[in-house]
Amino acid sequence: MDNYFHIPQLARRKAKAKRFKYITMMALMASVAFLLFFLSDMIIKGHGAFTQTYVKVPVHINEKTAKFTHLSIERKEYGFMVSRAWLRGLKKTLKENPQWMNTNQERWTLANSNVDQFIKGKYNRLKPKQIQKIKQMQKDGKIERRFNIIFFKKGDSKIPEFSGFMASIMGTVMTMIITMLIAVPLGVMTAVYLEEFAKDNKFTQIIEVNINNLAAIPSILFGLLGLAVFINFFGVPRSSPLVGGMTLALMSLPVIIVSSKAALKSVPDSIRQAGFALGLTKWQIVRDHVLPLAMPGMLTGAIIALAQAMGETAPLIMVGMIAFIPDISGSFLDATTVMPAQIFTWSGMPERAYVERTAAGILVLLGILLSLNAVAIYLRKKYTRTW
Amino acid sequence: MNKMTIKVKTDKLKLWYGDKQALNGVSLDIYENKITAFIGPSGCGKSTYLRCLNRMNDLIDNVTIKGKVTLDGHDIYANGVDEVAVRKKVGMVFQQPNPFPKSIYDNIAYAPLMHDMVKKGKECDALVERALRDAGLWEEVKDKLSESGTALSGGQQQRLCIARTIAIEPDVILMDEPTSALDPISTQNIENLMTKLKEKYTIIVVTHNMQQAARIADMTAFFHLGNLIEYNETEKIFVNPKEEKTEQYITGKFG
Ligand SMILES: Nc1ncnc2c1ncn2[C@@H]1O[C@H](COP(=O)(O)OP(=O)(O)OP(=O)(O)O)[C@@H](O)[C@H]1O
Ligand SMILES: [Mg+2]
Repeated sequence: MDNYFHIPQLARRKAKAKRFKYITMMALMASVAFLLFFLSDMIIKGHGAFTQTYVKVPVHINEKTAKFTHLSIERKEYGFMVSRAWLRGLKKTLKENPQWMNTNQERWTLANSNVDQFIKGKYNRLKPKQIQKIKQMQKDGKIERRFNIIFFKKGDSKIPEFSGFMASIMGTVMTMIITMLIAVPLGVMTAVYLEEFAKDNKFTQIIEVNINNLAAIPSILFGLLGLAVFINFFGVPRSSPLVGGMTLALMSLPVIIVSSKAALKSVPDSIRQAGFALGLTKWQIVRDHVLPLAMPGMLTGAIIALAQAMGETAPLIMVGMIAFIPDISGSFLDATTVMPAQIFTWSGMPERAYVERTAAGILVLLGILLSLNAVAIYLRKKYTRTW
Repeated sequence: MNKMTIKVKTDKLKLWYGDKQALNGVSLDIYENKITAFIGPSGCGKSTYLRCLNRMNDLIDNVTIKGKVTLDGHDIYANGVDEVAVRKKVGMVFQQPNPFPKSIYDNIAYAPLMHDMVKKGKECDALVERALRDAGLWEEVKDKLSESGTALSGGQQQRLCIARTIAIEPDVILMDEPTSALDPISTQNIENLMTKLKEKYTIIVVTHNMQQAARIADMTAFFHLGNLIEYNETEKIFVNPKEEKTEQYITGKFG
């Protein structure tokens, strides 16, 4: 061995470095494992909700059963397998299909959640005789699993097979529109004032410290504030996208301000100096030279703040957005619910069929959040300029 | 020298950053259509003094300025004088080239458009060409006016910044070490440009390069510790300085 390069204890130092490397790698693997476990659990539990079972049963339609729709199915034979929601909807179906009148035919009907769960191989409350019957029908091709259009079209329902996620998706979209309209301009303007116009004195320092602290306040407090100010004082309708959006805007504001300020700070001062030396006003410099450079950073911050607000439940509970909403709301003043609140409601329901809906809802929410983050990354990549 | 008109005049100019005094009463006359060079060791207040002449120090918090600065006999710090209007008349070029991250065309056209000096279109195109020709950059960039100004070489960027400054037709151009970030050839280009530009403008330049001052400046001022030590025709300063400090500095004994 060439002793020329010998350093005492080098081997030991290297071993230490190696050990440290393995520890950090283990930490990484642990977090990846948690993530994978969570995701696969949700997928396993939730994928069932994306299909729904339909059964083909004889339906008798005449003057009488058109009035009392539950009589259109032979209760003893088929009553347990047809959804109450389908029977309720029969009147409407008849209006759309008048030629069904006075027929006795086998028709595809929405299956009861117990049958649906049985078909999906999950826990159900079917009796052995009923199971026999279902198995026979399966052999006869009278049972089908179709894409669950109801989940993506309808709102909540007390009948599990008839409950959908769409009302809450729309609720979230409308709430987020309000949040965005309020929080983004307000936050960006505040950041521009603090970063570009305000003199650095005690007063602005106190404001900045407080804004940073606001970002760390438990979100439920914003809900209390929203309840006290928006609902009780200003009389904004409870449970509406308007009040929810305003409350979430309060919560997103500090995050947007902080990230916008960081984006403005990252614009080199030499750009501003150049502008001043040309006799430009502050507004011209900020509008045409600073803001365009800060834009990608601001956009990213805003999107991340909105994504955060989208997953928020606690403050919305305070303003009544955790409600039973069967219909998709049509205005910003109607009662509505949002995705995380809907997930929370379903997770507390006793029927087993809601379990897969809970997981499916989480998957949809996660999908939307991940795509939002992807958009943020894309925008940052696309608009970041070098100088 | 004949017919020397005073363009800029400062009278007992004092400046404090907070409670630290950086200028101890500088009185100086700067002549029209001449190049005036400021030399002196680092931290002696050359940049500070220069920034007083276009009120760039107003941008720094806690700065106190006493004394008088006049441009063509008008006090630039008088009540009611807008600093933005002063900077339109007194342009500035910085040590680091700082073009806007916009096209070459927009770099030059932006400020004149904002000052309503020209209208968009032909008139503006003509102004851009004139400014680039005056800055000796036209031939190099005439085919790529829409490319980014930041994609040019350092020396080209600095000439772009000079073109941008002369596009607003100031009376005085301040330059704070305009060539210290450039290679010798770019430096020479800029020096030639300055000698040409002094026919139209009054140029004040801060430099650490003694040869540069000797080559291009008509007048030279030597600063030390916030004081103006000596101010005279460049030749006299370099050949026959009156003050001992000046002689020590230009012979490289300190600084
Ligand atoms: N923004 C500022 N705030 C506080 N002190 C400053 C500021 N700018 C400059 N100074 C101080 O004022 C003094 C003069 O600085 P100035 O930049 O004018 O020197 P200079 O002669 O230009 O030096 P150099 O040749 O290194 O550029 C220095 O002591 C410096 O520390
Ligand atoms: Mg300097």
